[in-house]
Amino acid sequence: MTRRETRQVVARASDVKPGTARVVTVKGRDIGIFNLDGEFFALANRCPHAGGPLCQGRIVALVQSDGPGHYRLARQQEFLRCPWHGWEFDIRTGQSWCDPNSTRARQFAITVEPGAQLVKGPYVAETFPVSVEEDYLVIDLAG
Amino acid sequence: MNVPLRHAAASAGLTIVDCDIHPAYRTPQDLHPFLPARWREHMTTFGEHLRQGLSGQLAWPRMMAAGMRLDSFPEQGPPGSDLKLMQTQHLDPNGVEYGMLMQLSRGGMEERNLDFAAALSGAVNDWQLEAFVKPEPRLRAGIVVPQEDAAFAVSEIERRADDRRFAQILISPRSSDPLGHRRYWPIYEAAQRCDRPIALHVQGFSGGHASTPSGWPTYYLQEHYAATTGMQNTLTSLVFEGVFERFPGLKVVLIEGGFAWAPALAWRMDKHWERMRQEVPHVKRPPSEYVREHCWFTTQPIEEPETPAHLADIIGWIGWDRLMFSTDYPHWDFDDPQHVFKFQPTEEQKQKIFRDNAKALYGLQ
Amino acid sequence: MKVPFAGAIDCDLHPAMPGAAALLPYLADYWRDQLVNRHIDKYSFVLTSYPPHSPLSARPDWRQPSGAPAGDLDAIRRHALDPFRSRIGICNVLHGAVALFNEDMAAALCAAVNDWTARELLDREPRLRASILVPTHSPALAVDEIERVAADRRFVQVLLFAMGDMLLGRRLYWPIYAAAEKHGLAIAIHAGSTYRHAPTPSGWPAHRVEDYIAQSTAFESQLLSFLAEGVFQKFPALKLVLSESGVTWLPTLLWRTSKTWRGVRPEVPWIDRPPGEIVREHVRLTLQPLDAPDGETLARTLEHIGSDRMLLFSTDYPHWHFDGDDVLPDGLSAAAVRRLLIDNPLDTYPRLRDGAAMSDNGGQKQEAVR
Repeated sequence: MTRRETRQVVARASDVKPGTARVVTVKGRDIGIFNLDGEFFALANRCPHAGGPLCQGRIVALVQSDGPGHYRLARQQEFLRCPWHGWEFDIRTGQSWCDPNSTRARQFAITVEPGAQLVKGPYVAETFPVSVEEDYLVIDLAG
Repeated sequence: MNVPLRHAAASAGLTIVDCDIHPAYRTPQDLHPFLPARWREHMTTFGEHLRQGLSGQLAWPRMMAAGMRLDSFPEQGPPGSDLKLMQTQHLDPNGVEYGMLMQLSRGGMEERNLDFAAALSGAVNDWQLEAFVKPEPRLRAGIVVPQEDAAFAVSEIERRADDRRFAQILISPRSSDPLGHRRYWPIYEAAQRCDRPIALHVQGFSGGHASTPSGWPTYYLQEHYAATTGMQNTLTSLVFEGVFERFPGLKVVLIEGGFAWAPALAWRMDKHWERMRQEVPHVKRPPSEYVREHCWFTTQPIEEPETPAHLADIIGWIGWDRLMFSTDYPHWDFDDPQHVFKFQPTEEQKQKIFRDNAKALYGLQ
Repeated sequence: MKVPFAGAIDCDLHPAMPGAAALLPYLADYWRDQLVNRHIDKYSFVLTSYPPHSPLSARPDWRQPSGAPAGDLDAIRRHALDPFRSRIGICNVLHGAVALFNEDMAAALCAAVNDWTARELLDREPRLRASILVPTHSPALAVDEIERVAADRRFVQVLLFAMGDMLLGRRLYWPIYAAAEKHGLAIAIHAGSTYRHAPTPSGWPAHRVEDYIAQSTAFESQLLSFLAEGVFQKFPALKLVLSESGVTWLPTLLWRTSKTWRGVRPEVPWIDRPPGEIVREHVRLTLQPLDAPDGETLARTLEHIGSDRMLLFSTDYPHWHFDGDDVLPDGLSAAAVRRLLIDNPLDTYPRLRDGAAMSDNGGQKQEAVR
């Protein structure tokens, strides 16, 4: 396919309200579109853990803690819990975050080469770049 | 509606026997047609009498959706209550050739009022047939009986024995005494006589004891795990009370209790049996032999070691003919047949676990 | 396989319990009065978990002529230390004071046992170290005892039991862990029960052998309690030793807990890395009994565990888990043996690395262990 053909219009930007997700089928693939405060992200609707319909999960905050009995929420509405086993995924990157220390580190180290310092979950949900063109959401299936 | 990706995989010819499916009541009144009037009223007025602090609610709240897959809720009723959804979401796309029903709730296993328990048991067994097995011939029921009333349990087993739509006998492994205790033996005798396995499905409701030997866990993370330690204790009791020695034809299926612990427990039982044989002369052979001959394990929730091949070690030690695939549909820790093995079993091993072992045990064609 | 060289550190051995008469000199007036006048001193405080004449409780060639499971200091030297050429042996005196409901009486007797241990065992045999026996069911009194004894650096850990009132990871026990961490003491959970609950979730097994087998499930529950409650987050220097547990149950716990954690993490968000990693860092297991039928199986299980740091050599004298001097399983590499016998215990017990360890009696100076 040419680059032109890998780019697919999937919805109007206004169809996907902030804090929500919409699952579309594009050339046989189910893809979830997310609107995080005006920024759009797209994840394959398939959890890399065991194939569950990831994008039908709840959009949640990241629960963090400074120690036993302490709880706080961060990154409101930026995480997805798989509707099957509840694994948490960062909507922005598709990275599974069963390791909150590296979530914090990742925010600071965003310009740093990922790798040695960062401890990440073993799965990355398949992601696709999304751009907004004249109020339409266009997915590039080439990734 | 999205086209599920798994259709492609299912049509690749995988057929399975799912050894753990949970049906559910659409409404609490679903059992009423099968209950005598006296017990309909009792159910409405007094409800179930269970050994827990909250009514209709668990003291370790689940992480989402009452412990169910978030995508398994039908238009009406709880997950597992809509046969059509069960068929379209699970039985059809996953190639389920046979599915073993595990009806855990309101069957009397955990009910403190034993007269009510008896009524519930009869009703739930009728309900399984009407609501699920008759309309869907791929499904098999289990004879749910209250293990604490062995005499009634035997009568209910005998009532159902000729009906081969009942594949096994369900009792709770969270019993009031360890299940090897001789007061439960009439149930094993009946099971052996009517050639049905005893199915021990992990039970969320206490039979009168804390879920660990040092009391109650704080978190759901722990309570979820307690199912596996309890199952180990139950198996130990069956071995050391001599149940397998007394009932050589008895078969036991351990469901949703894990299986990776089984080799270590077998080694431990063997080692200490050797040392303490004087105490248990009725246990004539090493415990691991009884386990090997009498026990089957379902796979869900399957372990996921960092090195997937390690799980193949475990299954090799247990025996590739002793493990039977289960999904636990529609619970949250469901295992999907397409993704359940993170290592590569051989074709023969897959056939055994997904299908042949269960067909052999349950006499399915 | 025999221990191939001298210098091992035996992390679990059981001297004979002092009889009540031997403890009287170590008790305050009131307690001496109570024990004598109420005839409590006629009892031997034997735990139900270790019936003295049961085969598990003592190997026949380790029994005393009287039939008692373990003997005096001479017997410990002859049976437990010398045959294995151990350089150090850590004594766990399994005294039944811990099973008394009266917290004050339990505390007084625990203190007497600890003092007896220091005078009768540690002062007289430089190779010996000990655990601090505490009344766990009163965390405050347990802390008092730890504070009282901690200056004697021959005490290397605090002894708790695998089956007790409540799961040991719970916050009400945290003062005990704070004190232990402060003083560089490990926490040892040892097989045994005060039988406050049934040993299983479906009640009371008929046979002693079943109760003993059930101990491994108690260890699983206790370890999971420490993990879930975040004890290792709160006390990052703490080491937990699981004594007389069986060992081969461990991989299942690591796998299952790490998997479930990924789905329930928001419930226990202080668990900030896979539980398997936390366990490998903080938890140790003594060697005997070892529930593995042969060297090959053990080797596979050790691979499943994924660490060579976790096993601590022990004989579990006088409990009967092996014959002759064949205390080590077959098939271990020389490096693994060295880690097991010496390095892992030294890593686990900082007090064993002391240059000198003095009793508060100004007793013998100890040689550096290295």
